Amino acid sequence: MELYISEFSKYVITLLMILYTWECFSVFRFQEESGRSGVYARQNILMFALHFSCFVVICFETSDVTYLFFYAFQQIILYAAIVLFRMIYPKSNRLVVNNMCTLLSISFVILTRLSYGRAVRQFAIATGSLVIALVIPYFVHKFKFLRNLKWIYALVGIAALSVVLILGQTTYGSKLSYSIAGLTFQPSEFVKILFVFYVAGALCQSSGFFEVFTTAVVAAAHVIVLVCSKDLGSALIFFVVYVLMVYVASGRFFYLLAGAVGGSAAAWIAARVFSHVQIRIQAWQDPWSVIDSAGYQITQSLFAISSGGLFGLGLYGGTPDSIPFVEADFIFSAIAEELGILFAVCLILICVSSFIMIMNISLRLNERFYQLVAFGFGVTYIFQVFLTIGGGTKFIPLTGVTLPLISYGGSSVLATLVTFSIIEGLCAIQEDEAAMERKKTRRARRQPAADRRRQEAEKIIRTEEDYEDSEE
Amino acid sequence: MRTAKNKQTRKKGNGQIVAVTCVFTFLFLGMIGYITHYSLTHKQELINNSYNGRQQILLAKNRRGDILAANGDVLARTVETQGGEVREYPYKNLFSHVVGYSVNGRMGVESQANYYLINSNAPLSEKAGLEVSDEKYPGDCVYTTLDVELQQVASTALGVYRGAIVVTEPSTGKVLAMVSKPDFDPEKIEEQWDEFLADSDSGILLNRVTQGLYPPGSTFKIITALEYIRENPENYGNYSYNCTGAITRGQDRIQCYHGTVHGGVDFKRSFAKSCNTSFANIGLSLDRNRFSDTLSELLFNEELPLGFNYSKSRIDVNGETPDSAMMQISIGQGTTGITPIHMNMITSAIANGGTLMKPYVVDRVENSAGDVVKSFQPQSAGGLLSQEEATALTALMSDVVEEGTASRLKGLSYTAAGKTGSAEYGTVKGDSHAWFTGFAPTQNPEICVTIIIEGAGAGGDYAVPIAKRIFDAYFGV
Repeated sequence: MELYISEFSKYVITLLMILYTWECFSVFRFQEESGRSGVYARQNILMFALHFSCFVVICFETSDVTYLFFYAFQQIILYAAIVLFRMIYPKSNRLVVNNMCTLLSISFVILTRLSYGRAVRQFAIATGSLVIALVIPYFVHKFKFLRNLKWIYALVGIAALSVVLILGQTTYGSKLSYSIAGLTFQPSEFVKILFVFYVAGALCQSSGFFEVFTTAVVAAAHVIVLVCSKDLGSALIFFVVYVLMVYVASGRFFYLLAGAVGGSAAAWIAARVFSHVQIRIQAWQDPWSVIDSAGYQITQSLFAISSGGLFGLGLYGGTPDSIPFVEADFIFSAIAEELGILFAVCLILICVSSFIMIMNISLRLNERFYQLVAFGFGVTYIFQVFLTIGGGTKFIPLTGVTLPLISYGGSSVLATLVTFSIIEGLCAIQEDEAAMERKKTRRARRQPAADRRRQEAEKIIRTEEDYEDSEE
Repeated sequence: MRTAKNKQTRKKGNGQIVAVTCVFTFLFLGMIGYITHYSLTHKQELINNSYNGRQQILLAKNRRGDILAANGDVLARTVETQGGEVREYPYKNLFSHVVGYSVNGRMGVESQANYYLINSNAPLSEKAGLEVSDEKYPGDCVYTTLDVELQQVASTALGVYRGAIVVTEPSTGKVLAMVSKPDFDPEKIEEQWDEFLADSDSGILLNRVTQGLYPPGSTFKIITALEYIRENPENYGNYSYNCTGAITRGQDRIQCYHGTVHGGVDFKRSFAKSCNTSFANIGLSLDRNRFSDTLSELLFNEELPLGFNYSKSRIDVNGETPDSAMMQISIGQGTTGITPIHMNMITSAIANGGTLMKPYVVDRVENSAGDVVKSFQPQSAGGLLSQEEATALTALMSDVVEEGTASRLKGLSYTAAGKTGSAEYGTVKGDSHAWFTGFAPTQNPEICVTIIIEGAGAGGDYAVPIAKRIFDAYFGV
């Protein structure tokens, strides 16, 4: 019985995931959010079916029904998030909300399988973060002064990163976090948000040489502090986000080129100066020659990814625990092993569809500042996905960043949910802009009509006058 | 109308946003392609890595599958005993290298087909039944191309000598027999392991067929002859030479085997009688750059199209090769080293009209219900030589049997063609490995045999009779 369920469920889970992913892209057939409600309704059904099937398998494999209670809590919270977002912010983008909740549910499933304790912790943090995420769009919508605070963003950001550098805890060679009152924070996750706000604020009025130069100095300050903390993944994200935002703000290809040249030079120097960079590069080029040291993680990750096949070994069917730090940096490999390559590819596509939707929102925004914020967040998100999945599959060297919303880590999940909710706030702003434009158009259309009426009225009066004249 | 225009000119930066979106989307499509391709094509290779703990998991779930001969005879199986699982090899030493072992590392089919053996594609209903009774699932069975009778004949014929024999089917590449001696009993590998490791002299764990590098001796004249034909396609038949038993260039002197004087010889007779001095003379006339190209085409110093562990054959010919080395190389002496399987592949290609079929041992994989899980088809590894060249070499090799050094294969119920070799090794003059490589029947060859017997003496005296016993067994004489 168990065997039939675990074999059959593999195909069911893969099929549900493929259908959900299909809907993620079929959304783009419709220009306006109003035409998409059918797609979103189907997505909601599919995501809950997927979540439920996974937990049924978990219960069968562990012969422990208590997991169903955990599932019920998750289900309630995710359902509440979807409903509340829709009620409070009728103009929010539902694809982003749906994807956010689907990714969280996948995260809960795989974390429950890897470590129940961590899954519960992650669930608690995610719940708290969702509550925060629900109020953020309101403030983003109402507080128009956000664009004027650029120096505050920069100073707070650099200060927070510097505190880690000076006082932070060293985890495996990198200074990433510090603890306040028993809670461990990883400030770089939040500083990413401030940084995007800073660059957008600094470049939204004008993107001449002076602005680009000052922002470059500030961006360099962020990156240098991160490099000193040996947090190279974050440093790379800041750098790429900065260069691409300048490119969009200025519209000049030159800045992109200059960024690419400067970045390559910096990477080349880093590869010469830092031994830990050299080790990472070696472990990427030929992990098999250093399989028992620097290449251990990546080779174990490759074993995991390759052992699943298209449909995976099934939850609890593999040994993803053999990869060190599987819950944080290599969660994608665990998913590929137990849920299959098809599922893992769909997961990537869901991330890509979220990214395309955020870019779409950015395109529709008129206000420069908000457009740049949306763009910056989209790039931050997708580049981080690229670094972690590419690194774990030997596509690019490993940088040790988390997979947003999926990986275990409180700071990461909170920061990503905040990012997504700011984007929902931007949707409300975009709606205001659209409404304003509609009003303008209507007025413009009304104008000639009024003129015509006035002219006609004058004509009648004139003919009457003529008539009167003729009578005379 | 006005709104459309408004949208077009509305915002600077939209083009850039679209460009960045497209670049990331394509980057991700590339990454998806890479991940899918990598994970699906490296599956077997990665599961066999000793750092991969997943094989232990599979073995805890599945009982290692059987390895069978082409006719279904069991060559290796796992049985349950009171002390746990035991891997049995019913033919003991007979298939030691080709089937191999699966403890203390792995070798042979046990290594090559490990992935299939530790996986189970048993029907779900059968698995469900076993799950209830808490038993392991039966691993998939691997059917080989091996022929038990030919393997027995070859092994018996080699006797106590050290050496190697490989028998293949030229038209398909199927390996029918593969013997390497000294051999061992795979069931006792754990007990004898330390002893084997301490014994550096015999190389008992080495599969000499695929990993033993030997001087090719006169069998290499097939290759020298091929190059001479290539360089003189019209008039190689007009070649003539007067053999006085030795040839000298400066300090270097090449002698015929046992100092025999062959007198006036043409190309055919030089080959049939295996005249060293005449072939050293031919070698000196060759264009060294072209020869080097031909050797690469014949896979010297190159990777071989093989699915199992092997050594690369080595030879050193380039534009600067001196005369002294050329004389040695063209009669298969000097620093040249070739594996018996490689010699067999070249011979098979000649027998198969120039096309090399990739040699393979694993024929198909079946699940416990007898359904085929995976079947391996004959695969061409490309042409090594042209049809005309193959015909010309077959004629030369046929004369070796009819009027040359392999005359013990003459006048039988089947025809045969081949080349003998007596490869000198070491410092003591006269110590030589006996070689024979050839096929039968001469027209439409069915099997190809390569034999090397270490330190036995002349190929014609020691290797050819073994070839005859194998051919006899195959043709049922």
